Amino acid sequence: MSRAEVAEPSAEAAEAVGVRTPGPLWTLGLLRNELATTLRRWRTIALLGVLAAVPVLVGIAVKIETSDGSSAGGGGGEGPAFIAQITNNGLFLVFTALAATLPFFLPMAVGVIAGDAIAGEANAGTLRYLLVAPAGRTRLLLTKYATTLAFCVIATLVVATSALIVGALLFPLGELTTISGTRISFGEGLGRALLIALVVAASLIGVAALGLFVSTLTNSGIAAMATTVGLLITVQILDQIPQLHAIQPYFFSHYWLSFADLMRDPVYWDDLIRNLELQGLYAAVFGAAAWARFTAKDITA
Amino acid sequence: MAPYESDDNTNEDLRTGRRKAARYVVPVAVVGVAAATIGLVPAFAGSGDPDLPDITAEQLIEKIAASDVQQLSGTVKISTDLGLPSLGGLESSLGGMGSGGDDSGSSADPSAKLMELASGTHTLRVAADGEDKQKLSLLDKASEYSVIHNGDEVWAYDSASNEAYHMKDSSGAAKDKGGKSEDVPATPKEMADEALKAVDDTTSVTVDGTAQVAGRDAYKLLIKPKESGSTVGAISIAVDAKTGLPLKFTLTPTSGGAAVIDAGFTKVDFSKPAASTFDFSPPKGTKVTEGEDLKAEDKGRARPKDGEDLGKELEGEGLKVIGEGWSSIAQFDTGGEGMPSEESGAGDAGRFLDSLGDQVSGKFGSGTVFSTRLVNALITDDGKVYAGAVTKDALVKAANAAE
Repeated sequence: MSRAEVAEPSAEAAEAVGVRTPGPLWTLGLLRNELATTLRRWRTIALLGVLAAVPVLVGIAVKIETSDGSSAGGGGGEGPAFIAQITNNGLFLVFTALAATLPFFLPMAVGVIAGDAIAGEANAGTLRYLLVAPAGRTRLLLTKYATTLAFCVIATLVVATSALIVGALLFPLGELTTISGTRISFGEGLGRALLIALVVAASLIGVAALGLFVSTLTNSGIAAMATTVGLLITVQILDQIPQLHAIQPYFFSHYWLSFADLMRDPVYWDDLIRNLELQGLYAAVFGAAAWARFTAKDITA
Repeated sequence: MAPYESDDNTNEDLRTGRRKAARYVVPVAVVGVAAATIGLVPAFAGSGDPDLPDITAEQLIEKIAASDVQQLSGTVKISTDLGLPSLGGLESSLGGMGSGGDDSGSSADPSAKLMELASGTHTLRVAADGEDKQKLSLLDKASEYSVIHNGDEVWAYDSASNEAYHMKDSSGAAKDKGGKSEDVPATPKEMADEALKAVDDTTSVTVDGTAQVAGRDAYKLLIKPKESGSTVGAISIAVDAKTGLPLKFTLTPTSGGAAVIDAGFTKVDFSKPAASTFDFSPPKGTKVTEGEDLKAEDKGRARPKDGEDLGKELEGEGLKVIGEGWSSIAQFDTGGEGMPSEESGAGDAGRFLDSLGDQVSGKFGSGTVFSTRLVNALITDDGKVYAGAVTKDALVKAANAAE
């Protein structure tokens, strides 16, 4: 039983007619095309706009609250992580903004993009044209996933950059104190901020894979987005229920806040590594499931 | 299939369907491999007990006593399961764990933080460089609470609320604070010292094989009470074979089940920690509370701190110890107030405690027994308290004898 027979019927058909063999460059072209299409959508721009607005809101709120000399967050440590330190150092706004957007805004945006990836094309009736081009289903799926991951990075960097600009405008910058109480230079702080942004982006790998899988299940883009975001909320709620502590370490969102461990000195790697392993596992499981579903699916639209 | 060979369509459909289904084997296999890895790796990791030369219990204790580790850094994991039903709500009102919902004078006050260690699992980092420099950090979600001792300065810094607590010239001050809520010694070394203090005729001390702790070879010292009546089943201390530093401390109750206290290094390094580890100057904008001011501020806040009130009540005068060794019972008089109830202002805590207690009566009158997996306490209706790491019956017996 040669699997290729069914694996890529369209690609095979194309090859059989001798149109052309897709090379690596062609794949890159497909990826670039996908990226451009995704990023040019009004929906995507609006999502990024909302994400960029979060640090602005947080920054202004903290500025107003602390203008009378009181400390942010009521002084008791409430609110998103690091919020109490923003007034000392604007760089902390980057961490606060990421901590504030990671539980919901960022994964929701990623869920929208990932859920739309396949189902949206099917909904618009463009999926079959994509497959008629000698893309191949596996290749198309990988390209879609790569596009979603690129969006994860872009979205995180948008939040971080916006936070850095707002932080620099409203608050002093300079040497910063890690949460362990030691001091690091501003340059190293910037480096850690970048690292944190990348870790946050990597934390979204699991949601992206999950969204892509859901997207292959349905032909309705809206349904796929809603399901992904719904799953996201459900998992976040389940992660708060103490009785479920036995399974919580396997929720994709369980170690999300571990990015804060990068602000310890020395860095506490245990949870960070567990987070990355977990995201890798989700990518493997749901990526494979999406592949199994998508390559075996009847494309009718 | 052979008979249908000619029937092309049906056969194709069947095969196609089967091949489609076969694809789902891939994600299922990934899940299987991951589950196997998660399940098996710890099992294998824990199986290799190191081969070490035999050693007697005395030699091992000497090794601990002679241990002169001046420089180390490491990660300690402490799991405490005292069997207090759902400390969750109480804990958050006491220590502000996680949410940091503690709005007392300074959340950086070391005594406020100690209660957190009384339940759940916590990760700590320790670093030491000689007698003058120590650092202990309690790792919370996205925040950290550090106590730093450097020379004659003691700082405590809570990054969640950005508050610091400062004490001058008091190598003992931090420890005094710690002593107040006893039973929460922070490092394995302190715990081993506590346990070894109790060694006498009432106790059997043996060496119980070897173990790997934090990647180091260690002997296991097993301490068991000889007499019955104690709730302490056994105390096991893993001692580093090279340096004699206690690496792991486990206290199992007589009733069996999970350890009551399980504290041990998960990582340890005996090289000199970086000097910058012990440098602390409060960041700009940090609210610094000086050690002396704290009390006045605490009084200013009317908010009752449930657990602490109870603690203060228990700290009354006239402490008496009945019996000796493991089954010694502390007796003291709270001054006729009895136990805190709803009216005494403890509110939820009062109701909470009422629901926990068991009514008992005997020659002494009647009272309520509060039990945890380790410590039982009998509070009589006339305000006497008997407490100890002993069984309920032993408490009643002691109360009867005292009348």
